[in-house]
Amino acid sequence: MAANVRSRHRQHATGRALIYGGLLCLAAFYLMPLWVIITTSVKHLDEIYAGSFIGLPKEITFDAWRSAWSEACNGTACKGLKPYFINSLIMVVPAVILSTGIGAINGYVITKWRFPGSNFIFGILLFGCFLPFQAVILPMAQTLGFLGLAGTLAGLVLVHTVYGIAFTTLFFRNYFVGVPDELVKAAQIDGAGFMRIFVSIMLPTALPIIVVSCIWQFTQIWNDYLFGVSFTAGENAPITVALNNVVNVSMGRKEYNVDMAAAMIAGLPTLIVYIVAGRYFVRGLTAGAVKG
Amino acid sequence: MATLEIDRVRKSFGSVEVLKGVSISIADGDFLVLLGPSGCGKSTLLSMIAGLESVTSGEIRIANDVVNDLPPKDRDIAMVFQSYALYPTMTVRQNIEFGMKIRGVQPAERAKATLAAAEMLQMKHLLDRRPSQLSGGQRQRVAMGRAVVRDPKLFLFDEPLSNLDAKLRVDMRTEIKRLHQRLGTTIVYVTHDQIEAMTLATRVAVMKDGVVQQLDDPQVVYDRPANTYVAKFVGSPSMSLIPARLAVDGAGAVAVFDIPNEKPARISGIPIAKENATKFNGQNVLVGIRPELFTVSDGKPGRTISVHIDVVEPTGPDTLALFQIGGVEVTARVPPKTVEARKSATLTVDTTKIVLFDAVTEDRID
Amino acid sequence: MKRSIRFSDRLANWLPRLVLTPSLLVVLVAVYLFIAWTGWISLSSSNIVPRYDFVGLEQYVRLWSTPRWHTAVANLFIFSSLFLGLTTGLGLLMAILLDQRIRAEGALRAIFLYPMALSFIVTGTAWKWILNPALGVQKVVNDAGWTSFVFDWISQPRFAIYCVVIAAVWQSTGFAMAIFLAGLRGIDNSVIKAAQIEGAGLPLIYRTIIVPMLRPAFLSVIVLLSYVAIKSFDLILALTNTGPGSATEMPSTFMYAATFRRDQMGVGAASAMMMLMTVAAIIVPYLYSELKETRDGC
Ligand SMILES: Nc1ncnc2c1ncn2[C@@H]1O[C@H](COP(=O)(O)OP(=O)(O)O)[C@@H](O)[C@H]1O
Ligand SMILES: [Mg+2]
Repeated sequence: MAANVRSRHRQHATGRALIYGGLLCLAAFYLMPLWVIITTSVKHLDEIYAGSFIGLPKEITFDAWRSAWSEACNGTACKGLKPYFINSLIMVVPAVILSTGIGAINGYVITKWRFPGSNFIFGILLFGCFLPFQAVILPMAQTLGFLGLAGTLAGLVLVHTVYGIAFTTLFFRNYFVGVPDELVKAAQIDGAGFMRIFVSIMLPTALPIIVVSCIWQFTQIWNDYLFGVSFTAGENAPITVALNNVVNVSMGRKEYNVDMAAAMIAGLPTLIVYIVAGRYFVRGLTAGAVKG
Repeated sequence: MATLEIDRVRKSFGSVEVLKGVSISIADGDFLVLLGPSGCGKSTLLSMIAGLESVTSGEIRIANDVVNDLPPKDRDIAMVFQSYALYPTMTVRQNIEFGMKIRGVQPAERAKATLAAAEMLQMKHLLDRRPSQLSGGQRQRVAMGRAVVRDPKLFLFDEPLSNLDAKLRVDMRTEIKRLHQRLGTTIVYVTHDQIEAMTLATRVAVMKDGVVQQLDDPQVVYDRPANTYVAKFVGSPSMSLIPARLAVDGAGAVAVFDIPNEKPARISGIPIAKENATKFNGQNVLVGIRPELFTVSDGKPGRTISVHIDVVEPTGPDTLALFQIGGVEVTARVPPKTVEARKSATLTVDTTKIVLFDAVTEDRID
Repeated sequence: MKRSIRFSDRLANWLPRLVLTPSLLVVLVAVYLFIAWTGWISLSSSNIVPRYDFVGLEQYVRLWSTPRWHTAVANLFIFSSLFLGLTTGLGLLMAILLDQRIRAEGALRAIFLYPMALSFIVTGTAWKWILNPALGVQKVVNDAGWTSFVFDWISQPRFAIYCVVIAAVWQSTGFAMAIFLAGLRGIDNSVIKAAQIEGAGLPLIYRTIIVPMLRPAFLSVIVLLSYVAIKSFDLILALTNTGPGSATEMPSTFMYAATFRRDQMGVGAASAMMMLMTVAAIIVPYLYSELKETRDGC
């Protein structure tokens, strides 16, 4: 009996060891690329070519970061990523605010002011979440040209807002479904109208989902490449397009440390958002899979 | 303060008719309870009075004004919901003041009204809390406070007590009754709990499947239920309905119960009108007897019936005795320790309060 | 005495519909009309500029007689099956491991999920560097003493697509893990306890009871990852730029190049329609079942 217990105990301990060992290996695999990017970006180029890939830098230098930020060439100009970083900021802020705002009011109408056909309209909007954008890119390019927005950041803001509505509506719809209808009825009896109820009652309760929607939209729009490369060129390109150009420029000795610094610069905003508000990011991520 | 008239009101959701011609009329200051099982359309009717649902056909009049097409805010009503519906991001004070704010009441006046309501409902110390920091009973108070400051013509309550535990429910029931006595405002109150209806109402409307079965004073509903449905729904334990045959003898109507392998039992002195006694003579009826109409017989002959007690259930103040008559289970409420299970007993029936129902239509025979 | 209905009240009744209308119109145009538009272009003779004539299925015939497109379809097939299999399997494994009352669960979860926050362009750039035979992993292993070790898939036409799989799996496993973990957390503990009382070991419990209960999570993961696989575009451009040669061409990159680089707008549109139909075949039944269940649940 005692031997049995002891062996069960040992079995349990080896089980735990296996679990932790497996998890640590996986964690190492997942962290390795980040480690490589960061260490490479602060190494001297000579050290890299001398064959230091995974090791710590002998000496930390931020030359590559400086170069990536303000000097790197992308095929047309050598102004670094800074102007494109600013482009992305200019693009992402209005697009996030607009798409989240529109999604919020859509979700409010669909859940709290149901009318015949409102569920059908939701279904129509929902398909937009899973649209392969290749299927609309040509007409969109034509339309942007027609509107005089071809190649502009305003055009990108429009595109991101339009194709963001589906997801933001889904977020808010699934959230507001859980808010009791009686709240709206009570407010109606108190004399509040459609907009007043939205602003004074619904929006304040929706704070968590507003954060989820903003983070999701920010990540999606910041990381977008297809729209950026299809609808802008040169000066107005967002950071992902500029990064790809910088990395693919093939002149002289390849500056891997600059590439990695550039990648870090492009990835930093979303990474910071993830670190600060990861919980909300994960909620957005699983929202497409968990029905409301 | 106001009268309320509901005139042949119907309501359909798509092809489903939920209210099938409801007519109710109550006087100024009445406390109307809409009583019925869940799903019978009580909340729908209340929402229509509030203006939250449209009226398919018929008319609703508050203080003699037709309000069918009036939005809720113009009906001068206040409503308390089952889930309280407190605005979760506002403090209690903000919750109570929200409606006044929209109506443009001055801040000083708002504060005064809020304080008065808070004092009346003993929740001054809660004013700066949020709903999530309140217990169920406290939320209930806040919801009532929010309605009271409105000073409406009509209060609407939709099952306000059903989310509270038993003890609190009794306390809050008293509180609501006190509120009504103090303000004198007309109230429409929805519940599926017949005790709430009995204790609170000045008028009770018993509903079933979108039809009003009976609209009366609570005591009348209890004593003279309009049909077997009301008889069964109101009162606990409910009224026993015993199949019998009606006969007439010199003293009046007699109920004859067939008992297997024995000679039929008879209860004479059934209180119905002469012409009905003649009309139903020899026909099948249901004899409705409330548990408290039975008493343990002192042995003198009279309106007595011999039974075999199956089960006794002591409740404290008295004991419920269950036995069979005519193939149905009958309950008697008797003093403790006066009967024993698996023994025979002789019970006397107070025949003046017996109610008789037509076995076919199940309507009361007067 | 009947009060008249004020205009403002009537407006209030229509306001919700009015508010929803612009979104509906925008989506109808930008999604459905644009799809139809693309469909029309795919049936026209458009090359450099759109031409609105009708040539039947000519562009589709051209598309399917392009060797590059065959490469793209074959790659999509290889990529999707490996990507789906590995991501689902690894994601499930991670979720199960994390569900064993682990210390530092939060930190580990964060580590597995952070790639999801990054752009595929960033991911591609990093992996391109890691997979670089001259300076990356191969060199590290060579320097460590195993001089004959070769890991140069990225420059081998036959193997480059597997590099894309590695990077994509690295990026997306966290997503699968998050959904599986949510599913595991939703399972009633008493089921496991009951099985344990009957003497079942943990592996058996997982295989026969828990994993089957994760069916909805599997469905979500597979459907959503298929969508990711079909539209994946930026990762390939950043990692291999469809090379070496056209060895890692995919439908998405094919569509882009045909339309914007090779002046074959009609062929590009035809390939876009093929992609759309594939996605729709997976997504529409999924959405339909999800929505139906929601409605039943109400
Ligand atoms: N908005 C609605 N659409 C369709 N059916 C409804 C709606 N509201 C209520 N009903 C139906 O009307 C009937 C009565 O509901 P309700 O008034 O809530 O009953 P009660 O309050 O008496 O429990 C129920 O069968 C319910 O399903
Ligand atoms: Mg109800």
